[in-house]
Amino acid sequence: MADQAQFTDLAMEYMPALYTAALRMTRNVADAEDLVQETYLKAYRAFGSFEEGTNLKAWLYRILTNTYINIYRAKKRRPEVADVEDVEELYLYHRLADRTPTAGRSAEEEALERFTDEDVKAAVESLPEAFRLAVLLADVEGFSYKEIAEITDVPIGTVMSRIHRGRKALQKALVDRGSTRGLVTVSDGAR
Amino acid sequence: MGAHGAGGGHEEPGDEPPAGFVGCDETIERLYAYLDGELTDQRRIEIQRHLDLCGPCVSAVGFETELRRVVANRCKERVPDTLVARVAEALQAERGNVPG
Repeated sequence: MADQAQFTDLAMEYMPALYTAALRMTRNVADAEDLVQETYLKAYRAFGSFEEGTNLKAWLYRILTNTYINIYRAKKRRPEVADVEDVEELYLYHRLADRTPTAGRSAEEEALERFTDEDVKAAVESLPEAFRLAVLLADVEGFSYKEIAEITDVPIGTVMSRIHRGRKALQKALVDRGSTRGLVTVSDGAR
Repeated sequence: MGAHGAGGGHEEPGDEPPAGFVGCDETIERLYAYLDGELTDQRRIEIQRHLDLCGPCVSAVGFETELRRVVANRCKERVPDTLVARVAEALQAERGNVPG
């Protein structure tokens, strides 16, 4: 049983991570700030039920996720689906232009550096909600499949499928963005 | 089409990996689970064994690892000072509401 007096000391350090997720999920600063504040208030009130020694960050993310769903999901009824049927494995890798390798790093890795922060953020934000959340939790926050299953309250198989499809959709979004700036080649992708 | 794209692979058609070994297609198929550290020990060892021998798959693994790093770094946000203050204030007020 956790002591509420300790809450601030323990929980505040996770704000950058929670804010990052909140901003990518709500897609605007005002809503993200409200979501983070609401998450901290709910977490503080419920802190007595937090089991000490378990993963506080995951617990906070669970509250953030549920709060997000309760507030923002209500705004749209129809769940979005990522259409990635025609997106093969290594979609982005096979499409990066300028494939002449230079010393040390591969040409593909160098090409990645030409994507700006805005390119990446916009690509992430273009993902359907469930896939976006799974990719954020896995790739930005480094949670395991099991932790993500607990945070989002879905079976582990669903988590794996969402991460996999979400990553494919992300690569497709990066290719779409990159193609307008000549960063990727959009032939059929196969060399 | 092979895992590395037409002409990009190094496995000849019909060149099946021997039992206990995995090929390029299976390696790429399991790439995410491998990078996520979510494979069983047995599977992980099989994939590693393949990577020891396969340059194109090593490049693909390197790329996907780098992509993940780039996505994570570029998504990170700095918390506005005003938000830190706002949350601290809200928690303070909440504390005042509850005796003890």
